[in-house]
Amino acid sequence: MKDVSFGQYYPVDSFVHRLDPRLKLLFLIVFIAAIFVANSFWSLGLCVLILIAAVAFSRVPFGKVLRSVRGVIFLVLFTAAVNVLFYTGKSEPLWEWWIFTVTREGIVFSVFLVLRLILLVTCSSMLTYTTTPVALTDGIESLLTPLKWVHFPVHALALIMSIALRFIPILMDETERIKNAQKARGADFESGGIVKRIRAIVPILIPLLLSAFRRADELGDAMDARCYMGDKHRVKYKKLTFTWRDLIVALLGAALLAGVILLRIYGADLLGVYLGVVL
Amino acid sequence: MRIVAEHLSYTYNPKSPFETKALDDVSLTIEEGEFFGILGHTGSGKSTFVQHLNGLLRVPSSLRGYREKKRDRENSSRTLLQVGDFDLTSKKTDFRALRKAVGMVFQYPEYQLFAETVKDDVAFGLKNFAEKNQKPSAEEIERAVREALGAVGLDYSEVAAKSPFDLSGGQKRRVAIAGVIVTRPEILILDEPAAGLDPLGKQDILTLLHDLHRRWCKTVIIVSHDMDEIAENCTMSAVFAEGQVKYCLPPRELFQKAEELSALGLDIPLTAKLCRALEERGVHVDCDFTTEGFVRAVLALKAKGGRA
Repeated sequence: MKDVSFGQYYPVDSFVHRLDPRLKLLFLIVFIAAIFVANSFWSLGLCVLILIAAVAFSRVPFGKVLRSVRGVIFLVLFTAAVNVLFYTGKSEPLWEWWIFTVTREGIVFSVFLVLRLILLVTCSSMLTYTTTPVALTDGIESLLTPLKWVHFPVHALALIMSIALRFIPILMDETERIKNAQKARGADFESGGIVKRIRAIVPILIPLLLSAFRRADELGDAMDARCYMGDKHRVKYKKLTFTWRDLIVALLGAALLAGVILLRIYGADLLGVYLGVVL
Repeated sequence: MRIVAEHLSYTYNPKSPFETKALDDVSLTIEEGEFFGILGHTGSGKSTFVQHLNGLLRVPSSLRGYREKKRDRENSSRTLLQVGDFDLTSKKTDFRALRKAVGMVFQYPEYQLFAETVKDDVAFGLKNFAEKNQKPSAEEIERAVREALGAVGLDYSEVAAKSPFDLSGGQKRRVAIAGVIVTRPEILILDEPAAGLDPLGKQDILTLLHDLHRRWCKTVIIVSHDMDEIAENCTMSAVFAEGQVKYCLPPRELFQKAEELSALGLDIPLTAKLCRALEERGVHVDCDFTTEGFVRAVLALKAKGGRA
């Protein structure tokens, strides 16, 4: 339970932490687009480089960032294995047995896939490592403001998100407490078959649900008591501001996307030109 | 069973920005048969300590390594945690047997109820702790549940078939306690057993704990920051502060240290305050700080001097 590193905030002060959350969100979208547009080692390498730079500037330990991959490591290895064994390309198979064929293309393709998945997970967790949940929802609310024109309840959505995020640690603590209480009564969550394990969750789930409802009621009352009425007459305590740091990163994001797209369209040609210039 | 802890330390979230040292070299012995009170401020480490006693928190595994053990043997500051015959620093301890012998009632235990009927909920621990090859029969379960509910002052025929969520707050708490004592633990640990109850409910729960101590569990340990509770009930008490044991004294000696306690942010019981107020006016009352003891001491003075 305590090893959930995905979606955690890492509280230090750094260049990346101080960036405007809106920009970080947009950058994340651009970065993810770039990961999927990239189709060569050069362009993926560029993405990896940017991510490493981002981690270095954020002062979040590399180990911590890599740990976020741990949750999906099984998925990554599984897809890689499937792709290596079943990918049928045009080139000569290197190895064949029963229904399995391993080709050069298959190996290259699955290496790409693994890189993409790892990049995807690490860059998303970089966002949550460096942005407080409050800043994040503020950013999302601000980015979604245009939707207010079509009467989409942006403010309510942002509030729901921030409450949900705020309740994650509370409910995790609660789960831990209930789990301990049931453990003290001899409950066993670690052994037995799948049916037995699922049945073992019931003594945690029911008290947890009850307490979640209770907390929701209390929170609703507390908000009523302080005259909360949605976004009418509401001002922000912290205004989001766009600074020189954000400008640099925005330009960097645009350059990354452009670079990756160019590499995809012109590929080797572009590299040839580049190498020609250098040599 | 006797509880011996020596040089016990515990850190939450080690090597991270959230690192907090909850226990710092704690040594404490709790004798069998004691009604033991653990006092301390929020965050003083008292809950962390009691969670070690039935293996919900483990002695950090780094301390079990070969090199550490060797070093510990050399400077004789080895971490030791024993509950009866269970050695909790060992990996091979049978934690199921330990948890059966050491019952633990958490804060607000009524929030751990989950079953459809009170009977099922109380029987939960009983079924969990049963040996694989000898499941308790329906009659055995019924008898044990009836006894446990009786021990917490509830009527089996009245509540057993009800949903635990239909009971009142005080009744829920009793059911939760019954669910722990149903396996007849030798040691019963309660974290803030009276928290959130009205004064009468508090009194009831403490009377109940006295009954349990006399007839059901040899050792009772309560964690509390209500000084009156400790003064009234406990035979021995320990004060936790900043992860360390500051004092381990019987209440009658402990509550004479009003200044030291207030430096730790702790109060003294009402009886001790009265004794001090009388002392300031030149009347020395020698009592054990229970209400009964205080009244008796005052009456004795009155008999001797004619007026008090």
